[in-house]
Amino acid sequence: MKRKIIDFIIEKIIFLCGVLSIVFVVLIFCFLLKEGVSFFKDYDVFKFVFGKLWYPSSEPAQFGILALIVGSIYVTAGACLIAVPLGVAAALYISEIAPAGVRDVLKSCVELMAAVPSVVIGFVGMATLVPFVRELFDIPTGLTAFSGSIMLAFMAMPTIVTISEDAIRSVPWSYKEGALALGATRWQTIRRIVLKAAMPGIIAAIMLGIGRVIGETMAVMMITGNAAHIPSSIFEPVRTMTATIAAEMGETVRGGMHYKSLFAIGLVLFVITFSVNFIADLILGKKKRK
Amino acid sequence: MFKLSPKLSQKIFYALLFMATLLVITPAAIIIYIIIKNGASAITWEFLTSMPKDGMRGGGIFPAIVGTLCIVLCAISLTLPIGVCAAIYLNEYAKDNLLTRIIKLAIVNLAGVPSVVYGLFGLGIFVMFMNFGVSIIAGALTLSIMELPVIITTARGALSGVPHSFREASMSLGVSRWQTIRHIVLPNALPGILTGAILSIARISGETAPILFTAAAFYVPHMPTSIYDQVMALPYHLYIISTQIPNMPKNIIFGTALVLLMMVLSMSLIAIVARIYFRKTRKW
Repeated sequence: MKRKIIDFIIEKIIFLCGVLSIVFVVLIFCFLLKEGVSFFKDYDVFKFVFGKLWYPSSEPAQFGILALIVGSIYVTAGACLIAVPLGVAAALYISEIAPAGVRDVLKSCVELMAAVPSVVIGFVGMATLVPFVRELFDIPTGLTAFSGSIMLAFMAMPTIVTISEDAIRSVPWSYKEGALALGATRWQTIRRIVLKAAMPGIIAAIMLGIGRVIGETMAVMMITGNAAHIPSSIFEPVRTMTATIAAEMGETVRGGMHYKSLFAIGLVLFVITFSVNFIADLILGKKKRK
Repeated sequence: MFKLSPKLSQKIFYALLFMATLLVITPAAIIIYIIIKNGASAITWEFLTSMPKDGMRGGGIFPAIVGTLCIVLCAISLTLPIGVCAAIYLNEYAKDNLLTRIIKLAIVNLAGVPSVVYGLFGLGIFVMFMNFGVSIIAGALTLSIMELPVIITTARGALSGVPHSFREASMSLGVSRWQTIRHIVLPNALPGILTGAILSIARISGETAPILFTAAAFYVPHMPTSIYDQVMALPYHLYIISTQIPNMPKNIIFGTALVLLMMVLSMSLIAIVARIYFRKTRKW
């Protein structure tokens, strides 16, 4: 009898822990929404999203985040241009071509890469890449969207490689055997059959990589120069949404307009990453059900 | 049109893919090399065990190391039990219904929330609403929520790796479900859960953005005495000395980066090696 009661209590605790994730997501959303909504009571949503000027501490204060959104897009797009082809190619090599022993080593390397803290990447970028970019392109500062994109590409790669690799490996053997039996070379099989069959998983991997880059904070804050204006090329300093929150939260008055505006940016970020992850999950889920 | 023979094009593309893989791996190796080369000279016993001096430009990083250990240990001891229980629920109890699907979606989305947004959330709920102030506990709670999805996912992987026959054998002897989980499933999944936990510890040791407004302080002249104290933290310290302090001696910054990197990489390496070892020696 006693055992049954203990079992019952423990199972209830386990259930509670199970639903806790939902509670946290809702809680995060509510807290962002609470501050965000009270900000939008005093500041027009349209002016917030499409305003070009971000002068949070001037009189009257301007809270237009268009430049920050454009900054985030520049850095993210640049990082993806580098990380996606390299990441997918590496995933193909690791899962289909590399011999078994090499594969384990490479996978461990990729996993170690994922562990390097973003503040360390930011610092190394500042110390090496930034002066290099300045001299190479002969521009006034190396703190640019371009430098940020390169460093962020390294951070997106582990995500893209690991998840694409899973997708590529889960392509059924019979597909490959079929193609090889028809006389296709291994590369033809990989390109025409494996890549196609794994495509939904690879797309999901790319989206998760994008999600990671959009949300990345410390490295972009240290490398991209933090100028809140709409850049005309990728060789200019930009400022992302994440960096704005991290850089300015320390100087705000708790509960003031500036403070609330940063929560509103957080809300925008949350909505973006939520949608990206949601879609990626749908793609991955659909594939699994097949 | 000029067309390559299939054999030749296979060779060319294999070489290209190999080069891409090298391009993915080498930058990380270069980063590690640069930090070791420039930072190794700064690492002395004194650097690791003394307080910063001369406005961070001299002395050591002892309080930052201690602060990071406090926050990380607090965070993992909060998140590990909850995460493992959640994984047990999902793997052993949950039926394939709407609730389970929503839980899984929530986990995916928790994993995708940007770290700085966790920082905002921690500031809003733990620092302000629950009035913990900027403190170890506020930072640890923030990090523990951030790490929850990772713990759940790895623990679930470990649990689902335990063969079904183990559970069936136990339950056919009349053992209850929880007893089966407690005495059969968990012990067999433990290696996987622990390696996941070590990887998580490594990851949160390096996180900066979530503790920016919830736990980290620019400089604290004494050691923390309770979980409601502010602390210095290694990643935040690295951020400060590399961006905010002019004329900072280069080797101290590289030394700090090296300590942080070694902490994170050695833990990850231990976890990775342990996982390979357990995979080879497991009983099924």
